[in-house]
Amino acid sequence: MSGFAKPLKIALGLAVIAALIIVPMNFNRYGLFILSQWAVMSIAAMGLNLTLGYAGQVSLAQGAFVGIGAYAAAIMTTHGWPLPAAIVVAIVLSFAVGWVLGYPALRVQHHYLAFVTLAFSTLAFLVFRNESWLTGGIYGISNIPRPHIFGLATNKPLPFYYVCLASLAIVSLAMWWLIRSPWGRAFMALRENPLRAQSLGIDTRRYTLMAFAIGSALGGVAGALYAPLTQYIDPVPFNLSLSLDLLMMVIVGGAGFYFGPFLGAMIAVLLPEWLRFTEGYYLMLYAVAVMLLLIWSPTGILGLLDRYLAERRTKAASALRAVAKSRLETAQ
Amino acid sequence: MSNLFDLLVAGLATGAIYALVAVGFTLLWQTSQTINFAQGEFVMLPAFLMLAAMHVGAPFWLAIILGILLSMILLGLAFKLLLVDPMMRHGVLPLAIATMALAIGIKEAVKQFYSAEASPFPSVVPTGDISILGHAVSLQSIGVLVVAILAVLGLTTLLNRTSLGHQMQAAAQNPTVARIIGVPVERMILLTFLINAFLVALASLLITPIYLAKFSSGEVLGQAAFIAAIVGGFNQVRGAIAGGLLIGVLDNLAAAYVSTQYRAAVPMIFLIAVILFRPQGLLGRAEERTV
Repeated sequence: MSGFAKPLKIALGLAVIAALIIVPMNFNRYGLFILSQWAVMSIAAMGLNLTLGYAGQVSLAQGAFVGIGAYAAAIMTTHGWPLPAAIVVAIVLSFAVGWVLGYPALRVQHHYLAFVTLAFSTLAFLVFRNESWLTGGIYGISNIPRPHIFGLATNKPLPFYYVCLASLAIVSLAMWWLIRSPWGRAFMALRENPLRAQSLGIDTRRYTLMAFAIGSALGGVAGALYAPLTQYIDPVPFNLSLSLDLLMMVIVGGAGFYFGPFLGAMIAVLLPEWLRFTEGYYLMLYAVAVMLLLIWSPTGILGLLDRYLAERRTKAASALRAVAKSRLETAQ
Repeated sequence: MSNLFDLLVAGLATGAIYALVAVGFTLLWQTSQTINFAQGEFVMLPAFLMLAAMHVGAPFWLAIILGILLSMILLGLAFKLLLVDPMMRHGVLPLAIATMALAIGIKEAVKQFYSAEASPFPSVVPTGDISILGHAVSLQSIGVLVVAILAVLGLTTLLNRTSLGHQMQAAAQNPTVARIIGVPVERMILLTFLINAFLVALASLLITPIYLAKFSSGEVLGQAAFIAAIVGGFNQVRGAIAGGLLIGVLDNLAAAYVSTQYRAAVPMIFLIAVILFRPQGLLGRAEERTV
């Protein structure tokens, strides 16, 4: 993305933020729901992008952490606790479970790790479905209240959309800071060359577990927002396909790119809605679109942009070189 | 005891089908590093192709042949040429994601163009029971077992006893050297895709009469085959067979003795244990690590 000038980038960022605040004001209930869902899924995908894109650990369990967060929030808020407390519990719980799930990553890598996390995902789903004393089983939990923020009720769709958007902003800032901190560098070193990272004195064990735990904690945050958004949860949305969807968001957006999850979530949440006019065909078209995109650019949308900008830079650089060379020649 | 015997027979029958699907799965992995997340949908689709052929008036036997041929064209040839070939050189993950999208696409296409309801499917084996050692065993279970065993025997003979099979193994184990000694590697890879398509069509023919034809039935099946492949050994055909049988039996025993609610958990816990303590699988060889 470094092809843009800095002021231009800042202006673009401010314009997008302003649009996200102002444009939805006259959206209907459903439009706001979809947009809130985009914000929530962006948070979960951002967590997975940290685990997968930056630290290089494949996880097929992000959906399970969204489920853990959602159930934590649903159970606590229906028992009278405030949502912020529930979010804290969701973070702590997902962080702890994510840390434990990271242990297999110390032993096995790549597709094996994907399968361990896949199995975990299925186990979590079974617990959500079967432990009805806690989770309400297949009947789920209904009447999940929406929070009061600074004394303001967020029952209406628009205020709650702002809650989701603000949460997304906070998480984005934290992530921006994290990947620029020494930790972020260590995560990338882990992805690029674990052996070299270790020989440079990076505690690869701790950072692997950390990558899992922080990524999972963000899944928990997303879940804790998802529960009050839908106001009713049952086990079905948190099955394996949510984990697969989130993985798809990260790859389609561009794994390891900061803005990848935002774009990926946009495609996964909004594209099917835009294709709804085709009625029964919309998911089919969505699947075809994802396949075509990946064939065209396996590194996702941002990978494509990155490649384009890199090419333009090399072209510009070689043009400069040519000019310099001809000047040298005329000087002689 | 009679209960246990029945469970074992039923478990082996489902396990044999899992094994067919898992073998195809490992073949694709070995020759082209494709993790096919649509493998379950690959099993679901041929049954609908056969049903569609019968709808336009083909008799059952012709529908089976047409279904298998169409599967080999769509799930073998087209899958390789259109999706795997352009993506193979970009690593495992993007291709795996693309197969996830393919799975969604196949499911939706069946739902849209055929039906969202479960459709009955005629059985290739006559229904009824026969008595073995004083136990009533369904003919269907026996038929499934026999067909699956024949298919697996045929495949292992092909791989281990024929020149073609040896060429395929060479292409899988070391494509560079295989190419140097004159093995047509590309053709061998295509052949494994065709074999996989044949195996899933066969599995479809065997399992659909038991569980009905439904657009979503691939999900469970794909996962079971997945687990079977890993438990047995991801890089071994005989491992996948053993894994399939084991998971089939385990699944049936778990349903009877653990709890119906958590029956799906037993293979998963087994899977995690195998990956953690013997990542190469029960029969697999350790993969070489490159730095």
